Amino acid sequence: MQSFQTLSSQVLPLNIKDIDTDMIIPAQFLTQTGEGGYGEHVFQRLRLDKNFPMNNQKYTGAQIIVAQDNFGCGSSREHAVWALLQYGIQVVIAPSFSDIFYSNSGKNGLVLITLEDQLIQSFIDTAEKNEEYILSIDLEEQTVITQEKNTHSFDFDPFRKECILKGHNDLEYLTDHMSEINQWQKNREENLYYSTLQQNNS
Amino acid sequence: MPKNIIEKIWESHVVIQKNGHPAVFGIDLQLTHEVTSPQGFEKLRQRGQQVKQTHRMICTLDHSIPTRKNRLEIYDENAKNQVEQLRTNAKEFGIPIFDFDSGHQGIVHVIGPELGLTQPGMTIVCGDSHTSTHGAFGALAFGVGSTEVGLVMETGCILQKPLKTLKVEFNGIPQAGVYSKDYILALITQIGIAGGNGHIIEFCGEAIRALSMEERMTICNMSIECGARAGVISPDQTTFEYIKDRKYAPKTEDWEKAIQEWKQITSDKDCSYDKEISIDISTLMPQITWGTNPEQGIGVSESIPTISSLPSSHQSTAKKALAYTKLQEGKKIEGTPLDYAFLGSCTNSRIEDLRIAAKILKDKVISKNITMLVVPGSEAVKAQAESEGLDKIFLDAGCEWRMPGCSMCLGMNDDKVPSGKRCISTSNRNFVGRQGTGSITHLASPATVAVSAIKGVISDPRKHTS
Repeated sequence: MQSFQTLSSQVLPLNIKDIDTDMIIPAQFLTQTGEGGYGEHVFQRLRLDKNFPMNNQKYTGAQIIVAQDNFGCGSSREHAVWALLQYGIQVVIAPSFSDIFYSNSGKNGLVLITLEDQLIQSFIDTAEKNEEYILSIDLEEQTVITQEKNTHSFDFDPFRKECILKGHNDLEYLTDHMSEINQWQKNREENLYYSTLQQNNS
Repeated sequence: MPKNIIEKIWESHVVIQKNGHPAVFGIDLQLTHEVTSPQGFEKLRQRGQQVKQTHRMICTLDHSIPTRKNRLEIYDENAKNQVEQLRTNAKEFGIPIFDFDSGHQGIVHVIGPELGLTQPGMTIVCGDSHTSTHGAFGALAFGVGSTEVGLVMETGCILQKPLKTLKVEFNGIPQAGVYSKDYILALITQIGIAGGNGHIIEFCGEAIRALSMEERMTICNMSIECGARAGVISPDQTTFEYIKDRKYAPKTEDWEKAIQEWKQITSDKDCSYDKEISIDISTLMPQITWGTNPEQGIGVSESIPTISSLPSSHQSTAKKALAYTKLQEGKKIEGTPLDYAFLGSCTNSRIEDLRIAAKILKDKVISKNITMLVVPGSEAVKAQAESEGLDKIFLDAGCEWRMPGCSMCLGMNDDKVPSGKRCISTSNRNFVGRQGTGSITHLASPATVAVSAIKGVISDPRKHTS
C-alpha cells in the first residue's frame, strides 16, 4: 500500500448524496481479474452528462473529491477504491461514508475525511464558484487547511492513521500474530461441524 | 450480563484485541465467486503462499456467467477469462468448486445455506455485500473487499472493529399478498439507505418468528441496503429443521451436540442494543420503489411523494431520481406500464420465491409487452422447481426459464435491461443503470412482480391473489 502524508490539490466538488459504488465503477467493468485498469472508467455513467463536474476542465488534475452524505454505499467492490486511486483521487471528504467502502479505502491508502455538513457545503459551493479552490490535507496533524487559511480538524482512527502514514498493510499485522491465530483456529475446530473438503451426507 | 446474539458471536471470534487496535477477528467460512477473488489468489501466488484453511472455503460461478441454456460458451472474453481463472485457482489451491452441472452451482448466497454450510454462530465473509443473507441462520456474515478476501485466504482472519447493534422488531400478522420483501423494503424507506451505517441489525419479533428460512434470508439479504454491515436472526426450530440433513450439516452425534450449542446462540432476555426500532406489519402494503435507491419506496397503491413533502436534504436526490425513472411526483405508481420483469437474484430466487410466483402465474399468460426472466438461484433450486412442474407453469405463461446465476440483478453479464426500458424486479438495488446502462428498476416482492407481469403494469398483488 502506498503511504500518504500531506496533499495540496484542487477540489473536485460532487454535490451528490449517496454516491454508490455502481456510480463509481459500473459492474460491466468488473470482469477484469487484476487490480489495474479501472481509473479510466471511474464515474463512467455520470460522465455521459456533459454537466458532470469531471467534464469541466477547471477540475482537471483534482486529487480531492468533496461530496455529500453516505459516499460509497452499495456493493462491496474494492474496484471502486482502485478506480478512484488510479484516476488520481487521493482524498475524499464527505459528511459520512458507507462501512465497506470505508474499510476498503483504508486498506489501499485512499484517505477518507469526515467533516460536518455545513463545512462540506461551503467547500462545494466555493469550488463550484471559483476558478480554483485548493485544500491542503495533513494526515499527521489531522487538519484540512482551506485556501482562505482556515484550519479544520478531523477525527481519524489512530490505528488506520499509522498504517496509512507508514504504508503498512493488514497482512503484516496478522502475520505478526500468527501463533495466536493458529491456537484460536485449533480451538475453534471443536465447535465447527463441517469441512468443505468432506461431504457429510450418507 | 445478558448479551445479544451479535455480542455473543463477536466475542467468540476475537482472536486477540490490543488496546487502540482493531480486533484480529476469526472467520469460519469464506465463500468466493469469480469476480472478487482473482486478486486474492494472485497475491497468494506471488507470495508463494497457500490458502490456510482450504476446508473452510468454497468457490462457485454466479456473477459474470450467462444464464442461457448453452451457457458453457461464454462470448465475453473478459468474463470467460474470469471464469477460467476461478477454475484454475480452485484447482491450484485445492478449494472445492461448485462448477456448472455439479448439481449445486448457483448464487453464492443461495448455495451456502442450501448445502448446509451456513450454520448458527459462525462468522462468514464473501467479497459481496449481500453476504448479510447468511445472518438468517444466526451467523455473523458480511461483505468484504478483495483485499480482505485475500487476508482470509492467507490467515483465516481480518482486522475488524466492533460495530454498534440495532434491534429491529417486526410485529403483527401481514395481510395476504404481503411478504418479507415488503417488510425489509418498508424498513429501508423508514430509516433510509444510511440508517443502519455503523451497525449490525438483529431482526426480532413475532412476525420474524413466523417466517420460513427463505423469507428470513430475503430480510437479512437487504440489511446492507440500509447501510447495516450485517443482519442477524437468532436461530430457532425453523432454522434447525432447514439445516438438518443437508449435504454439510452435522450428522448423528454431531447433530445432537451442534443443536445444544446452537440453542445458546440466541439473544438473552433483557439484553440491550445501541438502538431499537419497532415496525407493525399488520397494516403494511406491498412495497415498491419509485426512485434510484432502495429507500425511495412506497406502498403499491400509494402515490409517489411530492418533492416538497420530503425533507429538504432529500429533495434534490428525489427530483433527479424521478427525472431518471420518468415518473411524476404526487401520481399513483400503480398502472405504470412495464417492459421487463425479473424473478431472481440472491434476494428472491429460492424455491419458495418461485412457488409464490408460479402460484400466481398458473394458467395465466404474462402481458405481450413484457419480457420476463425467471432465474432460479441454483442448480438445486432449478431441479426442485422442475420436479414440481414450476418450469412448465413459467414457460406456459410466456416467461423465460433460465439457468442459475446473478443474471439481471447487476448488469455485468448478458442479461441486461435495455436503455430506457422499465423493469419490475425481485432484486435488491435500483441504482441508476444497475440492471444495464439507462435501465429503470422497480424493486418489489415475487408476488408483486408476477401479478404486474400478467397485467403489464405495476399492480397490487392483494387484488389478484386469493
